[in-house]
Amino acid sequence: MDLDPVLLARIQFAANITFHILFPTISISLGWMLLFMRWRWLKTNHRPWLTAYRFWTKVFALTFALGVVSGITMSFQFGTNWPGFMEKVGNIAGPLLGFEVLTAFFLEATFLGVMLFGHGRVSERVHMLATFLVAFGTTMSAFWILVLNSWMQTPVGYEIIDGEFHVTSWLEIIFNPSFPYRFAHMLLASFLTMAFLVAGVSAWQVLRGKANASTPLAMRAAITLAAVLIPVQIVVGDMHGLNTLEHQPQKIAAIEGIWETEKGAPLLLFALPNEAERRNDMAIGIPKMASLILTHEWDGELKGLNEFEAHPPVKPLFFGFRVMVAIGTLMLLVSWAGWWLLRRQGWRPEHAPRWLMISIAAMTFSGWIATVAGWYVTEIGRQPWIVQGLLRTADVASTTPASHIAITLTGYLITYVLLIAAYISVLRYMAEKPSDSYDPAPTGGAAAPLGTQPARKEGGA
Amino acid sequence: MSWAEILPVIFMGLMGLAMFLYVVLDGFDLGVGMLLHRADDGQKDMMIASIGPFWDANETWLVLGVGILLIAFPKAHGVVMTALYLPIALMLLGLILRGVAFDFRVKAQDRHKPLWNFIFFAGSTVTAVAQGWMLGRYITGFADGGTYDLFALAIAIALPCAYVLMGATWLVLKTEGELQSRAAHWGRLALIPVVVGMGLISLATPWVSDTVSARWFSLPQFIGLLPIPFATFACFVALWWTLSGTRALGTLCWLPFVLTVGVFLMGGLGLAYSLYPYVVMDRITIWQAASSTAALNLILVGCAITVPTILAYTFFAHRVFWGKATALRYG
Repeated sequence: MDLDPVLLARIQFAANITFHILFPTISISLGWMLLFMRWRWLKTNHRPWLTAYRFWTKVFALTFALGVVSGITMSFQFGTNWPGFMEKVGNIAGPLLGFEVLTAFFLEATFLGVMLFGHGRVSERVHMLATFLVAFGTTMSAFWILVLNSWMQTPVGYEIIDGEFHVTSWLEIIFNPSFPYRFAHMLLASFLTMAFLVAGVSAWQVLRGKANASTPLAMRAAITLAAVLIPVQIVVGDMHGLNTLEHQPQKIAAIEGIWETEKGAPLLLFALPNEAERRNDMAIGIPKMASLILTHEWDGELKGLNEFEAHPPVKPLFFGFRVMVAIGTLMLLVSWAGWWLLRRQGWRPEHAPRWLMISIAAMTFSGWIATVAGWYVTEIGRQPWIVQGLLRTADVASTTPASHIAITLTGYLITYVLLIAAYISVLRYMAEKPSDSYDPAPTGGAAAPLGTQPARKEGGA
Repeated sequence: MSWAEILPVIFMGLMGLAMFLYVVLDGFDLGVGMLLHRADDGQKDMMIASIGPFWDANETWLVLGVGILLIAFPKAHGVVMTALYLPIALMLLGLILRGVAFDFRVKAQDRHKPLWNFIFFAGSTVTAVAQGWMLGRYITGFADGGTYDLFALAIAIALPCAYVLMGATWLVLKTEGELQSRAAHWGRLALIPVVVGMGLISLATPWVSDTVSARWFSLPQFIGLLPIPFATFACFVALWWTLSGTRALGTLCWLPFVLTVGVFLMGGLGLAYSLYPYVVMDRITIWQAASSTAALNLILVGCAITVPTILAYTFFAHRVFWGKATALRYG
């Protein structure tokens, strides 16, 4: 067998990072959602908020655990798969990763224990603070990781001495040109992924007749959040695209399937990019739209792939981008239709049309697909470079024999597929369990286990 | 020594501290995982409850340890990671499986619980064995050959036993009743292979490495170093004494755990002394592998602020769950 070790190392790293991103994408925003639910419970004393908090806390714990273990794997794979990266870029990447561990990873992991199991052992305020610190820690993790990733896409603030990167300005590195857009885009992606997960699981409970008093509350919060954020995401995504056109035009050319530089380039809805003959087959497009979107002029000029000495593979970017946009469009339709129809029903999902519940349930993991497709576009779009324009991926790969990578890759892939299946099926099992199994109703005069006042106000949603 | 020369030494110390804390903290929860199959169902839940609030944060120390290797000694990082490619992959798979099994076992359907319990046990064991193997390979500077493999194999067996000892003494500290007395018994069972293993490894290390031999068996260093083996021996004797009978089941329940930490501390000090100043034995010194002084200065400032903070809130988290473990409840 003749396997290319660099390609295998890339597949392995991609497999791990794909598996990893699924879970932080949920936990970054779910932390804030939990804080919201917990705050609503303290504020309104409306018991179903506590039920919702308890249920989603369990989901959070499971999600967080999967994120931690796959994150540990990543911290090792930097070294096992790309030893040359740290040797050459260590002065920049090292401190950024270090600060992620020191200011975020420890914070979230330590206070998670207090948040999950510490209630009753600490005061209300401290427990609320622990919940906040977990949410804040996950967001800080995203901050540092996206700083590094964005810097690899748009490197600034460095000088190269004897092939080694040295820092000239940390401020420039942290706030590099693509960072604000990528960070905003990713945080919004996280909130949308979480919103559709919460809404989807709630819709599933309604469809299966397993809804409880907390279901409408969670549904309302999630659908409203999604309906508000999706247009924001579309605008931010567009700005991110313009930023990419400025700094990585070859990535945009591949996304749009533009081979020759042209004015008034069409927006291709479908095509089969043919890299061997450097053209598109079976292209269907809207004339001049790509130029209009990207340059805001009908006859704006877009650079073609043939102008670049090195450019990323076209197909994954072309299709990845379209998958992401298609899901974004579906999110817009479902969240707006859902918000409108559910509001008309007084936010009683059991009275909403069945097709709507089926659509929302079908979208439960849509955020995962859009997020992963988007990351494929941005990461494959940087190839063949690991640091755009400066360092090639092939030059930093390890010398590990292909057979070793292939064996471990198989092990990882089997584990990941099984764990994703387990995660989804356990989520389903938990959603269908009666709510008093994780949130027993308070008995007698005993104080509610959560909240300063005992829960008295029982009532419908 | 100039500041540029002192910095790598400081970072070696920090890396040692992170690794030591990792081994102690994750050591007890890996050990508990390896003991899981010996307990009945109720005890299993209690064992898991005793590590529940901590394990996420415990594993973070490994990330910090590897992180410092990566940040402060980037040129050694690649060499170490490449040489240990397979055991690292094995360890990671073990860590993944045990970490998720921990959460899945209480959330999945009841009929799947035994499967997740087994995965928790197996993942913990695989992780510990892989770490032992890696430590063995690391000490010899990744030298190849039958003797060196045998040496690594010995550590791959001894380290899991040491983790089991750690886990058992943790349970003596955190539990009560039947589980506590069983834990004391498990601790005594693990103690024998740990003593034998540590003794053999201490004798074999100078034998497989001339560097270590020269460092220990020359005067006057040898005399100055004597407290290390003596203190280790004293800890072992005291461990045997406290774990026998019912001595550790009352107010002294903290003593076996502290003594085990003492054994690990002595082992760590001996190891650090054997290795210094190499970051890859006999090949790369800490100065050769270090990052630029500018990068190290920045991280040092960061560490000076964050590491004490982390230690403080780690202590806070342990304080919150002080005393005997109780059944875990989300709230």
